[in-house]
Amino acid sequence: MTHILQPQSRALSRRSFLVTVGGLGIAVAFGRSPGLAYGADMAPSAQGDFRPNAWVTIAADGTVSIIAPAVEMGQGITTTLPLLVAEELDADWNRVRVVQAPSDAETYGNPGFYGIQLTGGSESTRGYNALLRLTGAQTRLVLLAGAAGMLNVPVKELETEPHKVVHPPSGRSLDYGEIAVRAVLPDPMPQATEADLKPSDRWRYIGSRTIRRIDVPSKVNGTAVFGIDVQLPNMLFGAVLRAPVQDERPEIIDDAEARNVPGITHIVPLPYGVGIIGETVEATKRAKDLLKVTWSTTSRVRNYTSQRLLDEYRAVGRDLGQQGVPAHTNGDAEAAIAGAARVIEVDYMSDHVAHATMEPMNATALVTGDRVEIWAPTQGPTGTQGFAAEVVRTAPDKVKVNTTLLGGGFGRKAEADFIVDAVSLAKAVEGRPVKVIWSREDDVRHDTFRPLEAQHVKVGLDAEGNIVGWRHRIVADSIFARTLPPVFAEAGGHDDVVTEGAKFNYAVPAHQIEYLRQDKGLAIGFWFAVGVGYTRFAIECVIDEIAAARGIDPAALRLELLKDQPRARKVIETVARMAEWDRARDGRGLGLAYSDAFGSHCAQVAEVSLNRDTGEIRVHKVWCAIDPGVAIQPLHIEAMMMTGITNGTGHALFEQINVVNGEVQESNFDTYRVIRMSEAPEIEVAVVPTPGSPFGGIGQAGLPPTGPAIANAVAHLTGGVRLRHYPFTPDRVKAALEA
Amino acid sequence: MTAFTINGHAVDVAAEADTPLLWVIREHLKLTGTKFGCGIAQCGACTVHIDGEPTRSCQTFLEDVAGREVTTIEGLSPDASHPLQKAWIVEQVPQCGYCQSGQIMQAAALLEHTPAPTREQIIAHMDGNICRCGTYVRIISAIQRAAQEG
Repeated sequence: MTHILQPQSRALSRRSFLVTVGGLGIAVAFGRSPGLAYGADMAPSAQGDFRPNAWVTIAADGTVSIIAPAVEMGQGITTTLPLLVAEELDADWNRVRVVQAPSDAETYGNPGFYGIQLTGGSESTRGYNALLRLTGAQTRLVLLAGAAGMLNVPVKELETEPHKVVHPPSGRSLDYGEIAVRAVLPDPMPQATEADLKPSDRWRYIGSRTIRRIDVPSKVNGTAVFGIDVQLPNMLFGAVLRAPVQDERPEIIDDAEARNVPGITHIVPLPYGVGIIGETVEATKRAKDLLKVTWSTTSRVRNYTSQRLLDEYRAVGRDLGQQGVPAHTNGDAEAAIAGAARVIEVDYMSDHVAHATMEPMNATALVTGDRVEIWAPTQGPTGTQGFAAEVVRTAPDKVKVNTTLLGGGFGRKAEADFIVDAVSLAKAVEGRPVKVIWSREDDVRHDTFRPLEAQHVKVGLDAEGNIVGWRHRIVADSIFARTLPPVFAEAGGHDDVVTEGAKFNYAVPAHQIEYLRQDKGLAIGFWFAVGVGYTRFAIECVIDEIAAARGIDPAALRLELLKDQPRARKVIETVARMAEWDRARDGRGLGLAYSDAFGSHCAQVAEVSLNRDTGEIRVHKVWCAIDPGVAIQPLHIEAMMMTGITNGTGHALFEQINVVNGEVQESNFDTYRVIRMSEAPEIEVAVVPTPGSPFGGIGQAGLPPTGPAIANAVAHLTGGVRLRHYPFTPDRVKAALEA
Repeated sequence: MTAFTINGHAVDVAAEADTPLLWVIREHLKLTGTKFGCGIAQCGACTVHIDGEPTRSCQTFLEDVAGREVTTIEGLSPDASHPLQKAWIVEQVPQCGYCQSGQIMQAAALLEHTPAPTREQIIAHMDGNICRCGTYVRIISAIQRAAQEG
């Protein structure tokens, strides 16, 4: 996933500056009424506007429109990325309007993520920040050059203040709007390099605690437009009855009763289910319940029973004779362990978990000839274009994607199954848009879960207790084999996201990570923090197991293993201070964990109590110290940590999907338990940036340490009872207590 | 046809009597601030007020509201000026924001009856509303702020 960004703004010709703005994209007009938000091209408002590049448009009244290239699913990115442009442009943030990018990967793809439009992996800020800051700086240079001509002074005598160019010798100034209307532009256009970027001590917005998210006002008055809220003239509704087991297909469809439901217009057989189209959403739901379908019984997923498979996976992990694909090799760990004075050898596991985004899967599509228009809460506009094009047998560039707000994503909305539903049904009623809405039951049963996985960790210690070798075997199916086959093949069968987080920054002389893929057929996918969510569970608990074996403080052991890592030490020392790590609590235990995933350093301490009769764990409080490198929006980083910790607690304690013979047993919030307010810990966050370091990812950085901090706290409270299987259900806790 | 009042306006809706009020509000009346989350009254995203009482609209049927008064997030205040809406912005509560209409409508009913709720009262009253982004900490802070600044 590495991609070197040239430290220069993209080359722009005078022609590209003069290009007429038209059909640039939709303005997701946050805070306006839904009717205005969609189909509202920038073109009318941008007529004759000043467009120095593909990212910024300046209107005569000085309004600066900035493209948000990543999608908004609650992670604040539609504020963060335009803010970086505004910072370098020296724009007044109050006069900035944010416009969601159209589907155009060539222009708006993430330079740090294969150049495509896909928001995920906590990659947006890391991938776009250099390009967008340079874009802001380049726009500023264009304005300076234009102002120089208007004022008839040398550029070097000019400076900028928010939203204006000033000429100190004469005291004259020009608002950006005035320049946009009247400037004659230089040819060639000025280009920006790193030397044109502001030094960090001159940042006005980056790091400010007063910057609020642009989407929040629309989310307190009902005007925010999510995919499910899309309203189009002449729109029909769609529902899909899906096969109970993945990869089965309908063989006999009895739709006699379903067709008779008033308002139903079409029944559409699909390769994976049966589609229903109707004039009202309630009609499609009624008809769906009346369909009688005989399904094929040939899918190999019928062999999939998760608890049985997990036992198999654990056995594979333990069987060192089975070779895995090397994911990381530093030295000969096995040889070092063979000569160790003491060996710790343990298994960690986790069940499948579901995304259950609050907004269930949905999409709206309109097919007209070889053209497709889609309105959807998608994380991946580029993928959406490709999948939709396949359904209609057209070219991806004939598919226009209007990305709405997402009511949660967590990786689920990087998939395209809900897009394919909408396009397949819209194809059956060309010329009329169709909005497909999944039931919550389908959303859970037909999710792409986080992988079921077992990990075998074997660590050798010398006579003094120093780690001499660390071997980590990860047994799970692959996400990339399904979603990005060329990437999987090129990596020789290694899956970078499934094993993500296994590589750490602790100083160990020999470290070996292996991946043992289990190809079992059930589609698995990207879930909040993906592999890091479980690899750090194993690693951080094993670190505590080593500390216990040596009889030393687990925080002290981490500091020792991170003695050359000042940022890591800072977050651990900070969180230990916040939590009063050394103060004993009556009836409660403290546990610590740390992660350097996603380019950010995060340490957490959890305070827990335990009901030994019921096996129920209560997480009272979590303290968190986070070093994201540069803290662009500190207030929002605190919120992101709260999300990670709250969901980190929920997935460690409650979240569990069981698959039996290919059928998912859970279906809605009555059976798939997610964390509620009464179960959520109190949270205290310290944001401790390190000036001069790179921009880290934030969206997922808060989740990985929470689970191991809880497990370590339980071990502390119980004199060493280890919980090694997510989730820590009461029966598993009781079994561990009795073992 | 079923007649009722929504956000102060009289409406007459032509839909089957057993249509969930949620879909009447969202797709017949095009007030999309009220959200579909589960359909079985387990998540609270669809919370509206019926004659002032917080109610899950996914498990309420059109015939149930005949002649009654329904308030949605769009009608909570004329200009997003309800103390909870203001506090929600100050505390920067929403992330994805999908559940927040329901959270605010549920909280508004609490403050109506209990103007100065304790933390425990807040949690007991709000526990039926799920937030998948885990904004619970800030929801509690915002309700406390609204109660103080109301």
